[in-house]
Amino acid sequence: MTSSGFVDRLKTGLWYENPGLVQLLGLCPVLAVTSSFVNGLGLGIATLVVLVASNGLVSATRRWIRAEIRIPIYVLIIASLVTCIELIIKAWFPSLDRSLGIFIPLIVTNCAIVARAEIFAARNPVGASLADGFVMGSGFAILLMAVGAFRELLGQGSLFARMDMLLGGEPMRGLVFTDGGWLLAILPPGAFFSLALAIAAKNAIDRRRHEKLKRAMPRRTRRTAE
Amino acid sequence: MKDSAILKSGITLAAIAAICTALVAFTYQVTEKRIEANEQDWLERSLQPALSGLLYDGSVTESKIIVPPPHDLPGSDAAIIYRVYAQGEPVAALFVVSARDGYSGPIRFLVGVDTEGIVTGVHVLEHRETPGLGDRVESAKSDWVKQFDGRSLVDPDPGGWAIKGDGGKFDQLTGASVTPRAIIKAMKDTLLYYDTHRVEIFAEVPAESNKEEEVP
Repeated sequence: MTSSGFVDRLKTGLWYENPGLVQLLGLCPVLAVTSSFVNGLGLGIATLVVLVASNGLVSATRRWIRAEIRIPIYVLIIASLVTCIELIIKAWFPSLDRSLGIFIPLIVTNCAIVARAEIFAARNPVGASLADGFVMGSGFAILLMAVGAFRELLGQGSLFARMDMLLGGEPMRGLVFTDGGWLLAILPPGAFFSLALAIAAKNAIDRRRHEKLKRAMPRRTRRTAE
Repeated sequence: MKDSAILKSGITLAAIAAICTALVAFTYQVTEKRIEANEQDWLERSLQPALSGLLYDGSVTESKIIVPPPHDLPGSDAAIIYRVYAQGEPVAALFVVSARDGYSGPIRFLVGVDTEGIVTGVHVLEHRETPGLGDRVESAKSDWVKQFDGRSLVDPDPGGWAIKGDGGKFDQLTGASVTPRAIIKAMKDTLLYYDTHRVEIFAEVPAESNKEEEVP
């Protein structure tokens, strides 16, 4: 794969087909764990790793798998990977495990992962599938982090608190701006509002770009006609 | 589908299942020890806050007894009691109990009581109270649970074990009275239980196996 091909793919995963923002897949973790930045980052990385590995495995085994049994095989592969990741997090990041709780095993049910296996990895070579898993996983992780940072800032008046769950060491308070914040942001409705704002912002940016392009278009065609 | 195709699919499925199981088993082997150590470590550490200022020897978790329901302690599940010793003499008991009448589900917390019946510390382990309101019972979020340190059934007397709004001696939390009420009631019940069962608690042999350690 060429490097420009990868950049295009990156744009697709992070923006045009972002699994959370555009395809609206895997919304359960997006809504449930994003009460702080570190939670979003932790689950984002875990999902990213599972997505890359599952895309790789599905793609590597695609020649031997008959269409009739592909779904149980995807489920097997994804469930095993998630179990491994869960054990690794329990062993090396115990406090992150306590904070994310049931949402690590629930990565199995994230439909973004099975969707990439079915749509992409089952039809493409290993390299491309790994890249696809990486860009889609990154898109998802960045959304989790953005929503997490937004809700933490509004709801608790801090940013990057408890990074020690990932980095180890003493409990860290992160950047503290105010003591306490707007409670609604960390409650479940805050998750829906934040995601809605993120989607609205993306759509607004896309529309503005589109209009700029439309305004630019006729001029360019005129010029070429001259 | 032809018979041979079914057979082929079956074999593929079995092979992939075997590979996946091997992968999980291998990861489990690698992580097992660390996970166990983490769990034990976390358990010991989570008991610390309720034992402030006490000198004691060895690991507290080895002296665990489980009180199966029905019992007079708060909560309907089995309650856990850890005995704390210093130089062979009992110095305190640690109760892991749950207050059932919180705002949203049971609140699991630790109460440390020394042999005189004086509270050595309270620490909330698990709850689902409203963030920003009832969750200030967590030691990390406010000092509310500190007000119980040094209290006992004579200070204040059992009638005083209530929030000030209900005529008791303890502060409530702004905007949240259900959670404090539940915790204070559960603490009072725990102290009353300790008062009547003190001898039994320290006489009992520890629950034999520590391996099936339950996380409080």
